[in-house]
Amino acid sequence: MNRLEAHFTNKPKRNLAIYFSAGYPSIESIEPIILTLEQNGADIIEIGMAFSDPLADGPVIQNSGTLALANGITTVKIFNELSTIRQKTDLPLVLMGYLNPVLQFGFEEFLKQASLTGIDGLILPDLPLEIFERDYKTLYEFYNIFPIFLITPQTPDDRIHHIDKLSKGFIYAVSSSSTTGSSEGFSLSHIRYFERLQSLNLSNPLMIGFGISNQKTLETVFDNASGAIIGSAFIKNLQPSAKDYGITQFMNQLLNEQ
Amino acid sequence: MISENKLFEVSEDGFYGEFGGAFIPEMLYANVKQLQTQYLDILSLTSFKNAYDNLLRDYVGRPTPLYEALNLSKKYGARVFLKREDLNHTGAHKINNTVGQVLLAKHLGKKRIIAETGAGQHGVATATVCALMQLECVVYMGAVDIIRQAPNVARMKMLGAKVVPAVSGSRTLKDATNEAIRDWINHPEDTHYIIGSVVGPHPYPDLVARLQAVISEEIMQQLKTQTGSADPDYVIACVGGGSNAAGAFYHFLHNEKVQLIGAEAAGEGIESGKTAASLVVGKRGVIHGCMTSLMQTADGQIVEPHSISAGLDYPGIGPLHAHLFQTGRALYNSITDQEALDAAFELAKMEGIIPALESAHALAVLPKRHWKKEDVIVVNLSGRGDKDLDTYMKNLPSYEQA
Repeated sequence: MNRLEAHFTNKPKRNLAIYFSAGYPSIESIEPIILTLEQNGADIIEIGMAFSDPLADGPVIQNSGTLALANGITTVKIFNELSTIRQKTDLPLVLMGYLNPVLQFGFEEFLKQASLTGIDGLILPDLPLEIFERDYKTLYEFYNIFPIFLITPQTPDDRIHHIDKLSKGFIYAVSSSSTTGSSEGFSLSHIRYFERLQSLNLSNPLMIGFGISNQKTLETVFDNASGAIIGSAFIKNLQPSAKDYGITQFMNQLLNEQ
Repeated sequence: MISENKLFEVSEDGFYGEFGGAFIPEMLYANVKQLQTQYLDILSLTSFKNAYDNLLRDYVGRPTPLYEALNLSKKYGARVFLKREDLNHTGAHKINNTVGQVLLAKHLGKKRIIAETGAGQHGVATATVCALMQLECVVYMGAVDIIRQAPNVARMKMLGAKVVPAVSGSRTLKDATNEAIRDWINHPEDTHYIIGSVVGPHPYPDLVARLQAVISEEIMQQLKTQTGSADPDYVIACVGGGSNAAGAFYHFLHNEKVQLIGAEAAGEGIESGKTAASLVVGKRGVIHGCMTSLMQTADGQIVEPHSISAGLDYPGIGPLHAHLFQTGRALYNSITDQEALDAAFELAKMEGIIPALESAHALAVLPKRHWKKEDVIVVNLSGRGDKDLDTYMKNLPSYEQA
């Protein structure tokens, strides 16, 4: 069974997914970051595959990706690191990146390596739905990699239902129309959007991302979805020189602050 | 015949053969979808056509002349005509597109315009039409290009545009485009993004090609008057993203008698590692929402291009050109920095016209091929060279000696 499926069956609410760019602050940090996150209550890990031209990313994630590339991160190195890490954790692991590096790796070869590595899901924001359906859907199924797609406040209901039908694992709901890490707190229109999503009775769990940076925003998301995805706020608080990269403190503040 | 005639037109889902498409994140879906479903209808409205034609005539100064360059003709042993896009208002073909897109934006009820720019020509053309239409204008420009192209930055500012430096990546055109797309993601309701070339997600490559097609339309009419035949033997244009070439080729795409030639920027040479010849050194890949021929590493990271001409300094190319190259419908020559400089000085001295460095790449095709006396060659002179005077003056001594 795919670990994402098993995880949401066991724990349908209050899930926390953490995103970071593999290779930042260093290639060696990939393993301790994932294992420390697990010890501190993360439910799902999203491993960012850096790209030279990340259209949907805000400055924090973009910079961490640029530094990861400067550190020499490649698709092959990410798979190598993760296959070692997979022996040490059962957390669902999701890869997130852009289409071009996957195309150059070879799409089927990429899915095959992901499967052998023990990856559970793949998010490629610039892979069009129609092309996924036409060219890659059966390959995802064959290799048991869950396709995860984004929705935004501008996505019409019928398209959300269509995305729900094509998705497995969870749906990534972008909280507002923005690149990552660019909004502060939730407004009434956010809440209306979350309520609209709940009323659609989707078959996949909803994970809300973008704009979650503290306990208050996290609790709002926990009230309105299956969980939250945090990226920019986590990366911003990574301390390259600290033994645990500052992760324990960040997670404690996020989950326990009253 | 009908299916054959569609060979070089964009398909309903935005592809030219295997190139094109709309590889965009969901955050852009609503905006791009709106354009996809509405652009053809809006472009065919009588009110749109009238407004567009009137502005091109009275504001831009069209039709631009088709000038038979007799001294060049004599030298190259053929009839060489120059399509004088350099005589448009703002000094290049770019304004044909911005006039059309700003009218489109008005029609869509957008209040704010964003654009990317490399050399600054598209930025100036966008700032110009925004001033004309009284719309807010933000232009993204690589921090490196802001320094390299200071006069155009000054023009944009005087026209009331806000110029925002792109400080990510290599800080040039590709990064300015990334920043413009991010701006659009963050302003999905009120903003229209005026892309400057036949690149980006569908429908931009087709939209921009249609708005530049006025170039080939005029060439046909003018040639008919001047030579008795509307069909040239050759049309030559430089290609970065490829908008002036798309416009110069447009009405000849299905006329196999007309040989189309694009001039890519080879930079210091296609094997030097410092080049912008995306068709020759590129591999199929996705940049700025578009599947095309792309300069990239084995790992799929986009590589920085190099050209003496900031306007050709793009690691991808419009999907139409990738398709024309693959099918052999058009030929593409690689022109080095040095060959472009030679051609620019030759045109200045022989015809009294200082071309943009970009356009000089098209002129540099002339000495590269053998021509017949009766050949009718149209070179699209896409822009004027004022913006390149610094580069030209640095190279002046070597041409004075010769």
